Amino acid sequence: MAVKQISVFLENKQGRLLAVTKNLQERRVNIRALSVADTADFGILRMIVDKPNEAYQGLKQGGFTVSFTEVIVVEMEDVPGGLGKVLAVLSEAGANVEYVYAFCNSDTGGAINVLRLDKQEEGIKALTAAGIRVLTDGEIFNI
Amino acid sequence: MVLYWNRPRECMERGQLEVLQLRRLQKTVQAVYHNVSYYREKMQEADIYPEDIRSLADVVNLPFTTKQDLRDSYPYGSFAVPLSQIVRLHASTGTTGKPTVVGYTREDIDAWAELTARGICCVGGGKDDVVQVSYGYGLFTGGLGMHYGAERMGASVIPTSAGNSRRQAMLMNDFGSTILCCTPSYALLLSEILKEAKIPVEDLKLKIGIFGAEPWTEQMRDEIQKRLQINAYNIYGLSEVMGPGVSIECPEKNGMHIWEDHFLPEVINPETGEPLPDGQIGELVISCITKQGMPMVRYRTRDLTSITHEKCACGRTHARIARIMGRSDDMLIIRGVNVFPSQVESALLAMGEVSPHYHLVVTRENNLDILEVQVEVSENLFSDKVRSLEGLAARVKKEVENTINLGCKISLVEPRSLPRSEGKSVRVTDLRKI
Repeated sequence: MAVKQISVFLENKQGRLLAVTKNLQERRVNIRALSVADTADFGILRMIVDKPNEAYQGLKQGGFTVSFTEVIVVEMEDVPGGLGKVLAVLSEAGANVEYVYAFCNSDTGGAINVLRLDKQEEGIKALTAAGIRVLTDGEIFNI
Repeated sequence: MVLYWNRPRECMERGQLEVLQLRRLQKTVQAVYHNVSYYREKMQEADIYPEDIRSLADVVNLPFTTKQDLRDSYPYGSFAVPLSQIVRLHASTGTTGKPTVVGYTREDIDAWAELTARGICCVGGGKDDVVQVSYGYGLFTGGLGMHYGAERMGASVIPTSAGNSRRQAMLMNDFGSTILCCTPSYALLLSEILKEAKIPVEDLKLKIGIFGAEPWTEQMRDEIQKRLQINAYNIYGLSEVMGPGVSIECPEKNGMHIWEDHFLPEVINPETGEPLPDGQIGELVISCITKQGMPMVRYRTRDLTSITHEKCACGRTHARIARIMGRSDDMLIIRGVNVFPSQVESALLAMGEVSPHYHLVVTRENNLDILEVQVEVSENLFSDKVRSLEGLAARVKKEVENTINLGCKISLVEPRSLPRSEGKSVRVTDLRKI
């Protein structure tokens, strides 16, 4: 039930993120969620897109270093304590969060949480058992 | 007043000097032919034998010696005497991780001290001087080479070695150093440290600087002379041939005298190997004609310069070489350390996880050379975890630094962002204004 996330290596140089978005736009790929991790010298762009395979091929041909990473996408209540509930489950299951980013879903009024865990399988199991909705590729792309 | 350390030798009439050179060259060629296997093999291959050297002009018939020969005979294969007669070993950076080893007999060390003393005297030094040697001591020949020369001259030597600049500045002031020996860029750095430490240059006793081990310019000389209020002189040497003191300027500051009673210099076209006339720029080739431990015959220095045999206004008859203008190979000199791009490449390949494109960028900040190694992050190296990429950069840094013996900065860059040219990649961007 893991979802394909696209990761792109970016140098900390002007116009690099723009170049990625242009590349995706040409292939009519829509970005659903995005985050950038940055250091002094480089950044890592992480995205959930509607057409991951097209995006991967396009970026690769465009000369970017790109990879797929499996992430877990969960839906949670957009209320105080919503994220806490998810994290409590993961903590209980002994799964560590490597990174996380979130966005609101205006259609459902819920919030969407993208997680990368050190123990993905255990995490998914625990979340599902706790009644938290773990989204599939199809579901997230149609949000 | 012109001072000479050894006037009869330094001002020897050229005819006599050449007689001496021929005699010494013949002796050296005999020695290497009989004692060093690669010389013998090369000479036999070229069908030339020691008895064929009848005049100095015959030197052009002898095969060249290259750094590769030294590498192939690592560590002791190029010594012309048994190890029991070697009293000192030095080493310089090699291209493949293995250094180039040089060995000296007691007489070689003696001659080296003598020539370096001659050089310090040539720029106006004497026994009353306090000589601060801020070249690195150790396997590098700079520190110990200058040290022995200054000591031979009778000066008071402060063996500070390189680094710890604050302390260097303090000692320079407190001990009343009159002569500073270091790389030109380090001299500029020290001038700034002095300023920071609020030590007025006017209070210093410093009057002479002997700078070398890296390429520099007349503009840098002007700058150093102005900042430190001294006379700055250019010195040249290389460990394969001896070390510092092979060649040095005189107060005329118009070329460096190469001590021809110990070395036979030639300038050749680096492409064809043909000898070039005086005044034309080419590669400096040196034959050692008095060395015993490791006599280099027609050693290709890869340094580009020109030569003149005209008598100098200082009265010395020994030929002068111009300021080194560059290299005929891709070697870089960074903070006095020889760096070949291929070393970085072998370090990266040794890591196993990479066969990357890389690019070296050399800059100079605050008068110190900075080496940046840019490494392309290919798909097999990429991880979407910051920690992993930073770990990769740290591993690359460690591996590269261990290989080149020099600190560097590693930058991970996007693939295909580094310059490529047809065939050979452009591996180096040198942004130093030297």
